[in-house]
Amino acid sequence: MKALRNFLDKVKPNFEEGGKLAMFRSVFDGFETFLFVPGTTAKHGTHIHDCIDSKRVMSMVVIALIPALLFGIYNVGYQHYLVTGQDTTDFCGMAVFGLAAVLPKIVVSYLVGLGIEFIVAQWKREEIQEGFLVSGLLIPMIVPVNCPLWMLAVATAFAVIFAKEVFGGTGMNIFNVALITRAFLFFSYPTAMSGDAVWIATDPILGIGGDAAVVDGMTGATALGQVAVAESGLATVTDAMGNTLSTMDMFIGLIPGSIGETSKLAILIGAVILLLSGIASWKTMFSVFVGGAVVGYIFNSVGATPITWYEHILLGGFCFGAVFMATDPVTSARTECGKYVFGFLVGAVAIVIRVLNPGFPEGMMLAILLMNLFAPLIDNLVVQANINRRLKRANKVK
Amino acid sequence: MGGENMFSKKNQEVFVNPLSVNNPVTVQILGICSALAVTAQLKPAIVMGLSVTAILAVANVVMSLMRKLVPNRIRIIVQLVVVAALVTIVSNVLKAFVYDVSVQLSVYVGLIITNCILMGRLEAFALQNKPWDSFLDGVGNGLGYAIILVVIAFFRELLGSGCLFGFQVIPDCVYELGYVNNGLMLLAPMALILVACVIWAQRAFNKDLQEK
Repeated sequence: MKALRNFLDKVKPNFEEGGKLAMFRSVFDGFETFLFVPGTTAKHGTHIHDCIDSKRVMSMVVIALIPALLFGIYNVGYQHYLVTGQDTTDFCGMAVFGLAAVLPKIVVSYLVGLGIEFIVAQWKREEIQEGFLVSGLLIPMIVPVNCPLWMLAVATAFAVIFAKEVFGGTGMNIFNVALITRAFLFFSYPTAMSGDAVWIATDPILGIGGDAAVVDGMTGATALGQVAVAESGLATVTDAMGNTLSTMDMFIGLIPGSIGETSKLAILIGAVILLLSGIASWKTMFSVFVGGAVVGYIFNSVGATPITWYEHILLGGFCFGAVFMATDPVTSARTECGKYVFGFLVGAVAIVIRVLNPGFPEGMMLAILLMNLFAPLIDNLVVQANINRRLKRANKVK
Repeated sequence: MGGENMFSKKNQEVFVNPLSVNNPVTVQILGICSALAVTAQLKPAIVMGLSVTAILAVANVVMSLMRKLVPNRIRIIVQLVVVAALVTIVSNVLKAFVYDVSVQLSVYVGLIITNCILMGRLEAFALQNKPWDSFLDGVGNGLGYAIILVVIAFFRELLGSGCLFGFQVIPDCVYELGYVNNGLMLLAPMALILVACVIWAQRAFNKDLQEK
């Protein structure tokens, strides 16, 4: 650690005004403050003068994402071994296959996103903004495993430029950047983002994973995909081999789906990290689940959807969205009261889209993006209501 | 022309400004709805651009000739009657000669009546200026609108369908490499983003247009 600090101090003059590498000033600055907490604190406006900055907050979210990411990598390998009829006890083989499938996506997402951020920061002579640290990891976790890398690159570039930089960069965006990436992919390349063929890697990657053919009777549909096309009276959803899924299977998450969304256990660990460190709001998170549960229960009891409310919450990207996306401090409601309203509506709208719109088996992405749009309005109403209430009280005293 | 040169400096500006620094779409932000609706392909976009140009030029001249006759109170309704008559003529001409395009354009030809550019030019220019000036203004604004439509349609058709004027221009070998047309390009939101990109590019080059 000390050696690293010494090295940074030694090369620092090169990057300052007039140094020979001055054109990479923002890049150096970005790395330095990422590696070491800068000794400066907030001076104006805020009331707590603390060294914690958004880089530290972002790092915490990345740590919280790690369990879901690792499980996702394992699950990609597991699904591949399962549908090609290979030995699913070969942990190392499955992990290596998963890594070969997922790692390139992470690299592409970070290269494209950070590349654009670095260029913009250098161009505008600003510090590098750290927001992409989280988005860059979220993006590969919310796409299907078969999503081609070039599509991911195009979508990431689109989202970083049009959802973030044009609004003024980190902290200014109206929509969640990772979800804009997914929405761009979803509407631009629907065949690569939905359907039954994209959720399980059936071909070997870079020669890894063996060349066994897909076994008969395999179905690549996600559980929600099966629900969406099911005749009324579907009693059970199945995994890729046609085995019925129990609630426990849905919780553990060895099922087809986007890379990071399947394991509710891993997401739960992430949620605990986020809540204990105080980074995500429990109010938002909790009310998303309440919203989903209430609407899911109502739809299930009137027979509009064949699966129960807790299955709705356990399946698809509901938990992932609730824990990592709805709680994004930039795009969610900021008033304490508003967080309950925002969260409840995210959960409710997600289930409404799932059940009532046959075109979308999953509604979490659209629900969060829609509510991102309404978050400022919710905040405004809460603030206005507070002002009115206090005015009334003041007038009464008079 | 009252002794004034037909192509005086002022008249040149009347014609040229709407093509660039006073473009109705990218600077005045008018006519956006039709720019979204008809730009999924080049052919309808060009037909739409020319239709608007023709209607705007003739309507400008007609209103300019009547500018001293029309009582101020009923000028809007008179403008609407003039434009509606012209739109009906153009709509029937399109049906007669380019039926397939008129089907593609569907209601949007009729909706030229409500195009903000038309009402804007009639109100702001034709009612105060002579017929020839108004004609130049109409053609200039119509073409300014048409240029933007063509640029947007070029990118939308190229990236959305891999075609230009309906002919495939992206070779098959690219598709075999895994390239896929971008479906979002064919949806209206992308037209809005492309209009924004054109505005962005224009203001990046022309510092006078940047708002402080």
